[in-house]
Amino acid sequence: MRQEKTTIFFGIDWTLVLLFVVLVGFGWLNIYATSYSEENNQLLDFSTRHGKQLLWILLSIPLIILILFINAKFFQQFSSIFYIVSLLSLIGLFIFGKEINGAKSWYSFGVASIQPSEFAKAVTALALANLMSNRNYNLSLIKNQLKALIIIFLPAFLIALHDPGSALIYFGFFFVLNREGLTLAYILLGLASIVLFILTILLGVKSTIIFLFSIISVYFIYKLFKIKHFLRFNWLTILLIYSLSSIFILSADYSYNHILKKHQRDRFEVLLGRTSDTQQIGYNSTQSLQTISSGKFWGKGYLEGDKTQGNFVPEQDTDYIFSVVGEEWGFVGSSLLIILFMVLLFRILNRAEKHANKFGRIYGYGVASILFFHLIVNIGMVIGLLPTIGIPLPFISYGGSSLWGFTLLLFIFIKLDSQKSYDWW
Amino acid sequence: MKRHFLLYFLITLVGLIYIGRLYQLQIVKGRDFNPIKTSAVKITYDFPERGYIYDRNGELLVANQLSYDVMIVPNEVKTIDTLEFCSLLKITKEDFLKRYKKAENYAPWLASVFLKQLAKEDFAFLQEKLHKFEGFYIQKRIIRNYPLKSASNVLGYISEVNEETAKKDPYYEQGELIGAWGIEKQYENILRGVKGKKYLHRDRLNKIMGPFKEGIYDSETINGKDLTITIDSKLQQYGEFLMQGKRGGIVAIEPSSGEILSLITSPSYDPNRLVGRARSKNSVELFGDSINQPMMDRGLQFNYPPGSPFKLINALIGLQEGVIDENTHFYCYNGYRYGKRKHEFMECHSDMYGKPIRLNRAISKSCNSYFANTYKRIIEKNNQPEEGLNQWSEHVKSFGLGNYLGYDLPFGQRGFVPDGNYYNKMYPYKWNASTNISNAIGQGELLTTPIQLANITSAIANRGYFYTPHIVKKIDNKVITDSAYNIPKYTSIDKEHFEPVIEGMHEVFKSGTASWVKIDGIDMVGKTGTAENFTSINGKKIQLADHSILVAFAPKDDPKIAIAVFIENGGYGASVAAPITSLLIEKYLTGKVKRKWMEDLMIKKNLYSIYDRQTLD
Repeated sequence: MRQEKTTIFFGIDWTLVLLFVVLVGFGWLNIYATSYSEENNQLLDFSTRHGKQLLWILLSIPLIILILFINAKFFQQFSSIFYIVSLLSLIGLFIFGKEINGAKSWYSFGVASIQPSEFAKAVTALALANLMSNRNYNLSLIKNQLKALIIIFLPAFLIALHDPGSALIYFGFFFVLNREGLTLAYILLGLASIVLFILTILLGVKSTIIFLFSIISVYFIYKLFKIKHFLRFNWLTILLIYSLSSIFILSADYSYNHILKKHQRDRFEVLLGRTSDTQQIGYNSTQSLQTISSGKFWGKGYLEGDKTQGNFVPEQDTDYIFSVVGEEWGFVGSSLLIILFMVLLFRILNRAEKHANKFGRIYGYGVASILFFHLIVNIGMVIGLLPTIGIPLPFISYGGSSLWGFTLLLFIFIKLDSQKSYDWW
Repeated sequence: MKRHFLLYFLITLVGLIYIGRLYQLQIVKGRDFNPIKTSAVKITYDFPERGYIYDRNGELLVANQLSYDVMIVPNEVKTIDTLEFCSLLKITKEDFLKRYKKAENYAPWLASVFLKQLAKEDFAFLQEKLHKFEGFYIQKRIIRNYPLKSASNVLGYISEVNEETAKKDPYYEQGELIGAWGIEKQYENILRGVKGKKYLHRDRLNKIMGPFKEGIYDSETINGKDLTITIDSKLQQYGEFLMQGKRGGIVAIEPSSGEILSLITSPSYDPNRLVGRARSKNSVELFGDSINQPMMDRGLQFNYPPGSPFKLINALIGLQEGVIDENTHFYCYNGYRYGKRKHEFMECHSDMYGKPIRLNRAISKSCNSYFANTYKRIIEKNNQPEEGLNQWSEHVKSFGLGNYLGYDLPFGQRGFVPDGNYYNKMYPYKWNASTNISNAIGQGELLTTPIQLANITSAIANRGYFYTPHIVKKIDNKVITDSAYNIPKYTSIDKEHFEPVIEGMHEVFKSGTASWVKIDGIDMVGKTGTAENFTSINGKKIQLADHSILVAFAPKDDPKIAIAVFIENGGYGASVAAPITSLLIEKYLTGKVKRKWMEDLMIKKNLYSIYDRQTLD
């Protein structure tokens, strides 16, 4: 193992760095568009949102340099400690947390607040990579599967207590497990339960059960005819499947009507088209869609979006920032941004596959999965395909914690990637 | 194992779905996205002042006046001294609450009219104290004002734009004002002007952030243009004065230009009644009066049988077709027998039993027999009644009968002129002139409006042509040059045939049916008429009192005015229509009326006892 390095930039994938710079820069331009006004156009006025964001961006540079200084091996060795610290910081919210926008997920330090959940993503990815890259780790053992699930579940659970939306992205780690050999059946099962959940809301308990039972029954009858061993047929399993599925439907119905809070339920209702309220529940969504539509093919031009300038879309510099892109940069700009994100994801996956050690590869997959989930949920919400779930658009949305969280996430990968050809142990 | 392809695949899939969705939102939906019709743009209007209307002599007929509406924004109303406020507005507390509820139901955050068109004195008083009543303010409005209280049928009225119109015409928004009848409707675009628009950029809280796109979409206010109409308001007012107590229509035209000098209908109304606070109450009353129909223009909108004046047309056609000449004579035996049966006999009251009657005398005495013979000769010229009748029909139509005349007012009737086909359908087996002999004397199937009769008279006065009657003279003080109105329309009768007919009409006032109304020094030319008319009550045909008709022009050799007077159920043409015509011509040509006795006689002539009896039946 060679110890000497020429510079901290040795082996760095400049494509990823360039993508990062472009995305963050473009994000800042759009934040500027939402807070810009005739009398308020100073770039470095730190009382404005664009001024603050510029500060966060500048402050991310020392963070990046710090990450690049550290030896890649350090991230693996200390991943467990990071993980524990991260969990503690999430638990600490219950005592010291400050409530912003109805979620008690912030530590307040006077001028600025920090959202520990934004950093937990990177840390969880590191811990998971650490666990699974162990030579003795075999994912086909249920015991090991459970270990991985616990690592994912703990932070997700703690986050979900404050902010269920942000916890959703931990589902992304299933892609990591799948890549490392976990059967696809889990994901299919997950998908099936989502479909079943929606069907239960839409059709009601009775019809869903009838619908599901008839599908299952047709399948079993088909099987039965194929096997033709009536007595040897596994009747217990069949009974279990019937009862489990009905329990799931009943509990879905119960949790939708009794556990979900009204505002969360309303978001579903609007999305499923069961209520059409353009003024209250659906206001954000309606305004967001109109704003995007009005951009047409070429967009209205930078700083020319009248909806953006009139602040018609709430939360427009954070969760709904994609609508600014839609209005001012049009179909061209917003499609290009999606393509840019796709390129970023492909690049990460592509690099991760080339890692000689499992740690880097698994971590890379974690990064890509987390980013991917953010994109699905955030853009899907803004363009009206998914219910309103408030999570940021990586690198673009306003917010220091989220920017630093994603910077950390990406640059740890870049660092690992720069040393991918070395075996660390 | 190609496990890593799953994520690649999903990323591509989601990317494509999202870009597809963007395509749907921005290209498909975005196509019909109007950049200025979004919630981020507020449009404010600056309404132009509506143009004034003057008569041919520059007399002001329609002006504008300011009116003051009390407006309310319910959300901004604080606790106020309701009692004081009510006494200022002169309304009761219940009324106040009712109006408040109404505004609140409409939209608590929007302004709506609380009390319309405040009286001037009340306004001055209220304005001083209004600062005490938050949530209320005063909005100026411009409403119409009619200094002369005359010619309401011509001037028409304006009203608020309804939902339907607002949907059809993008210029208007519901609640704005639009010309709804008469000249106000016909010349809406000229009188109205163009409202100025300002596009303002506003934010989510309705706060105005400044002009939208530096005002590139804004437009200037263009004031309405003034209109000068052809009506002579003195004549118009005098006609309305004479028509009191009678129903009917009078139309006077200047033959040399087609300008409508007067358009009188009776009963009518004071145009100011449809302005201001009493408007809604008055309009229920006026529009709801189905017996007197004051909102209808009897000169333009009512079809009547033309009666004896139509004999002039038959005479002209007879001359043109060569079936009669000046010296052709017929005999009259107190009537004309057109069939063998007893009732197939047309009576005549010309009182010239057994004497030969020539054209001149036939017109002045209005002999039915003479025109029945003439008509028979026209129709059965070649023993082809259908062909003959079609030819006759074409001649009649060349005078502008049987169709809209093309004048510039938004209402009217076509009238009716039958043709051969019409009788083929009516009498599928056989018919001839005797079958429709009533056409000879302007009865039967023929229908005309008074303005069509006036137009015939104008064509006779011009000896063979007429200008399309019209009401507009100048737009924005520039004389109109519309080819529709200043190119003569020729009838199918040659010029030389008019002189003998006009001589006969001259005789009407010298020695004929209307000689008692002649004016010294003015050569009046005309023809009286007495039209039978029927109504059907419970399926029974009932004859009503005759309509009194007169058409005339004067002076004979340099016609300045052609006029048709139609008095419903006025009896003989000579008895009511003739003196009114005579008085109007005297008024127009000399500027004053010397024959006060005749004027008094006509003013006292009240036909409502007849009308009431008919209604009761």
